[in-house]
Amino acid sequence: MGMTLVQKILARATGQRTVAVGDVVEPAVDLAMSHENGALVMNQFFEIYQGTGLEPKVWDPSKIAIVLDHRVPAETSKTATNQKKIREFVASQGIGRFHDIRGDEGGICHQILPEHGYTLPGQVIVGTDSHTTSHGAVGAFAFGIGATEMAGVWSLGSIFNVEVPATVKVVVKGALPPRVLPKDLILHLIGALSAEGANFKVIEFHGSTIASMSMSGRLTLCNMSVEAGATSGMVPADAETERYLREEAGVTGPLDMLAPDPDAEYARVVEIDASTLVPQIACPHTVDNVKGVDAVSGVKVHQIVIGSCTNGRLDDLEVAAEILRGKRVAKGVRMLVFPASWRIYRQALKQGFLADLIDAGAVIMNPGCGCCLGVHEGALGDNEVALSTTNRNFKGRMGNPKSEVYLCSPAVAAASAVAGVITDPR
Amino acid sequence: MAQVVFTFGDDVSTDAIYPGRFMATVLPTETPQFAFADYTELNTKLKAGQVPPGSVLVAANNFGCGSSREQAASALKGYELIIVAKGFARIFLQNSANLGLRTIICPDIAAAEGDDLEITATRVLNKTRGTAHPIVPLPKARQDIIDAGGLIAYTRKRLMEKHAKA
Ligand code: SF4
Repeated sequence: MGMTLVQKILARATGQRTVAVGDVVEPAVDLAMSHENGALVMNQFFEIYQGTGLEPKVWDPSKIAIVLDHRVPAETSKTATNQKKIREFVASQGIGRFHDIRGDEGGICHQILPEHGYTLPGQVIVGTDSHTTSHGAVGAFAFGIGATEMAGVWSLGSIFNVEVPATVKVVVKGALPPRVLPKDLILHLIGALSAEGANFKVIEFHGSTIASMSMSGRLTLCNMSVEAGATSGMVPADAETERYLREEAGVTGPLDMLAPDPDAEYARVVEIDASTLVPQIACPHTVDNVKGVDAVSGVKVHQIVIGSCTNGRLDDLEVAAEILRGKRVAKGVRMLVFPASWRIYRQALKQGFLADLIDAGAVIMNPGCGCCLGVHEGALGDNEVALSTTNRNFKGRMGNPKSEVYLCSPAVAAASAVAGVITDPR
Repeated sequence: MAQVVFTFGDDVSTDAIYPGRFMATVLPTETPQFAFADYTELNTKLKAGQVPPGSVLVAANNFGCGSSREQAASALKGYELIIVAKGFARIFLQNSANLGLRTIICPDIAAAEGDDLEITATRVLNKTRGTAHPIVPLPKARQDIIDAGGLIAYTRKRLMEKHAKA
């Protein structure tokens, strides 16, 4: 019996020829990522060493990445103090892959990792963030864990008690119509699977639509796979993976282009014809409450958000700039743009996208998580409605339980910014 | 006997259990005050000490979906609540095992606020209604961590073993 991609990766990471679905394994970790919640990981890490007589030392400082992104620059003294503790820890442990609040290296963790070539095909990647699923886009097995689990990884370098997950194979064929984007594809899939449809499973993406999709789009798909409950979303490494890692991420070492076996066994196969898709909207207050844009067009919006680890990349800003060029954001609407990293910010600046957006009335914020999780800036007022390219619309997610968040692609967000109501961008 | 103090539907997210705006608070000693902060009635009762340890929250499918924030588990652990649900999201279930929060997977649970439950190794008995509901055992891997007294203790033990060998 052949193996799926996640089986192959876990077999290799545990030094076995094969692993079966349901086996409990303890793979070695290639990359362990945290952000501000590294402060809690540190706390748990020191607690593990309590009373052991051993000096607290991480297993391999070269395999730990810490990216400050959730509250940057710090919004309170409490956050600033946590960030300071992280800096001190990074220095004392010699952690190399640290990205501070700086224009030359900063951004959202799920953008920084691929952008800097830290994530590679075949790796086992864990992160104290549920959207760690993103990194499956390069053909890795990447999943979110809790802070205490991460403290265990920092101590011993492996992740305990991983059950080899079953895999849902998603085959996408056909060309996406104009202004229908990877975000629409993943929203459609989440609606079809439901918020728990892929619980404890991995989603493996295949098909001609995926083969011709850029790494940016693949990151969007894998990023949101967790919204269907998936442990990870994965795209087996191919020519585009190699192009991205070599040309954009500057990876020079060998690449291990691991692929699933043709006779791998899947829990379920879902087929999607991309050519029939229309722009999709996830309506309040669950991500699987997905409708075609027609069903909600005309709904008045107060805040438009373009950004996040889901849709804050150059092609997202480009499509928004294209739609807004020479136009104006409707009166009474605030449009906030958060590029996913400072590298993207500079590229968008150079190509004139930021000027287009500013001229239209958008506010460009500094790269980071921004208002995505409602803790920092861009909170909503009572009874306000946001239309956002981020990945979650749970009640209160954007800082106010008395507000509503709709999720969409950057094309829908830009067209709706002009109209002041939810609008089909086609 | 354990009393049901609150019931929920499907897809209770970690944003509902522990809103993101309190995430700068990380220590398990401090997180409980923000448990279900936006469910004012429940939060008030919890903080006022009106919910005895061992009380039960009953939920439907996919409890704890969304963010990986461990505060969601540590906040509920702070009150020694027991969560009986038809199903849990993966990271929340793992965090709960790691921190010692009791989670019971009970696919056909039926209970209302105020019902008295008895939880055995294999079943949840609803004493108020006279019904019995089978429990799906936790995977052995998670049970091992619980048996070791949580992940900190488990990791410490593993660390000591490694250094003893070296
Ligand atoms: S942008 Fe939003 S979803 Fe992405 S890492 Fe930041 S808070 Fe999480």
